[in-house]
Amino acid sequence: MFEKVLTQHIQIPESRDIDYYMKHGGYQAFRKVLKEMDPDQVIEVVKESNLRGRGGAGFPTGVKWGFVPKNDDKPHYLLVNADESEPGTFKDRLLMDGNPHLVIEGAMIASYAIRANLSYIYIRGEFVKEARILEAAIQQAYDKGLLGKNILGSGYDLDMYVHRGAGAYICGEETGLIESLEGKRGWPRIKPPFPAIEGFLQSPTIVNNVETLACVPFIVERGARWFKSIGPESSPGPKLYCLSGHINKPGVYELPMGTNLKELIYEYGGGILDGKALKAVIPGGSSVPVLRPDEIDVAMDFDSLAKIGTMLGSAGTIVMHEDTCMVDALLNLIHFYRHESCGQCTPCREGTNWAERILKKIEHGQASEKDVDLLEEVANHINFRTICPLGDAAAMPIQSFLKKFRDEFNAHVAQHKCPLNSRL
Amino acid sequence: MKVEFSEAAKKEFDEIVKRYPQKRAALLTVLHLAQREFGWLSRDVMEYVGQLLDIPVGEVYDTASFYTMFYKKPVGKYHIQVCHTLSCALRGARNIYEHLEQKLGIKDGEVTPDGKFSLIKVECLGSCGTAPVVQINDDYYEGLTIEKLDDILNHLDKNSE
Ligand SMILES: Cc1cc2nc3c(=O)[nH]c(=O)nc-3n(C[C@H](O)[C@H](O)[C@H](O)COP(=O)(O)O)c2cc1C
Ligand code: FES
Repeated sequence: MFEKVLTQHIQIPESRDIDYYMKHGGYQAFRKVLKEMDPDQVIEVVKESNLRGRGGAGFPTGVKWGFVPKNDDKPHYLLVNADESEPGTFKDRLLMDGNPHLVIEGAMIASYAIRANLSYIYIRGEFVKEARILEAAIQQAYDKGLLGKNILGSGYDLDMYVHRGAGAYICGEETGLIESLEGKRGWPRIKPPFPAIEGFLQSPTIVNNVETLACVPFIVERGARWFKSIGPESSPGPKLYCLSGHINKPGVYELPMGTNLKELIYEYGGGILDGKALKAVIPGGSSVPVLRPDEIDVAMDFDSLAKIGTMLGSAGTIVMHEDTCMVDALLNLIHFYRHESCGQCTPCREGTNWAERILKKIEHGQASEKDVDLLEEVANHINFRTICPLGDAAAMPIQSFLKKFRDEFNAHVAQHKCPLNSRL
Repeated sequence: MKVEFSEAAKKEFDEIVKRYPQKRAALLTVLHLAQREFGWLSRDVMEYVGQLLDIPVGEVYDTASFYTMFYKKPVGKYHIQVCHTLSCALRGARNIYEHLEQKLGIKDGEVTPDGKFSLIKVECLGSCGTAPVVQINDDYYEGLTIEKLDDILNHLDKNSE
């Protein structure tokens, strides 16, 4: 039987309180780390657990921590990525709201492992309530001597603060986040150098997603083997899946990594709204390639989804039923990317702008077949030509919608209107 | 008009600056504080923030203008932000938005003449599971229907009298 660990206590209002958290085993992992393990041992166990980043890219967390220099004299930083802005994604908010101490404990252990004495939780500016909850929880941790100088007599010092963003999707990209934390526009940096070598204020910095860090206390407490026993061994662990769109029971579901997408939609999500037929699913947040109904019998983990040409991403699953116009849905997404493009790279800034204009033309029945081809060409010219992956994130939906729903685009052209009279 | 923080805000400013290894890194946090104090970020306010943090006003502007939550012109007492990204759009965000336009008599980016309400379309608020979603000032209103929305507006309208 799968045991929910990340969200087990989330319905209980007191779960935000440190006493409640500690009564249920909270901060034991951090104590264990301080007393019994050196930083490299922590990195080792996280490596062994095969924990992969929940922010979108699925990079092995322990491996990333291992990139941080061991014997330099620069300060190190741990940044919690709580920017959660990928359309369709709303899991980190739930964790911060209902289990803030778990996130904080994960950040403490990560900080210790990478020898950081300062950590920021970079939270999107709109999450005012969640920022307050985290601030209150951090204060409680200070009051218990779990943050500050010489924590529990270990000789280890750690400070932690909440830092609020101010409305910009690009600040979720790790180098955009770092620039933003430095008090600048969130313009992503060219990599290398990678943040683990040169990040915040040119010092070694690790950026990790909220949910990634929330897994860490359990790995320390229960061991890498326990973690690997949940879901596929190559990308294991408990996973938060977000369901939204035309679904009967939208929400966040904690399930084993590798849960079948069809099961997720029909069993956990209660099936399609109004008993309609399914038309399309975006499995991993708005950036990832869309799936047709005949493709959804697939395990929701990094490798299985990659095999069928899409991605787990942030596990933001958006469901669309038969009445959805795929041209209008794509237009909605490309409007988002155009709005959120940081403007630094020409292919992304101009490409998203151009693509949105073409899509408007198609949706309003004013386009020719050539425009549909042009749209594809524009997308192909954005891909792989930008500093950060926002460009790819815009190109992938265009390419996949065109590949899988081309006849809908053609129908708009042929009928000189939207056949569904869509108004998203 | 002379721009200056209240005593409480000055204290908060001193606390904020201590959290960062470099003053510049405090900029976003101080801009949030300034916006809370003054309602929006006029040129004078940006200049003041720049002086406090030793940052040229041009750079303060460069940073502030990048972020949608920093207002470069006044907004209403209740700033209504309607999410119109896909998950909300699939669950009727357009109806919510159009209802607001009609009821308030203003369009995207405008403020009512009495300064009570402003309306703006925003991108995904990270609450797609409870779509459609609207944020008014700091608060989220989720799973909205037209009826719920009317209740909320009436309530706010009364509160502001
Ligand atoms: C445009 C863009 C937006 C992103 N937004 C987020 C985000 O909101 N939250 C997040 O955790 N990661 C986001 N990422 C991924 C981060 O760059 C980074 O990979 C992640 O924070 C690393 O943490 P992890 O290894 O724990 O997943 C985004 C990436 C891109 C390219
Ligand atoms: S799409 Fe509206 S909150 Fe995400």
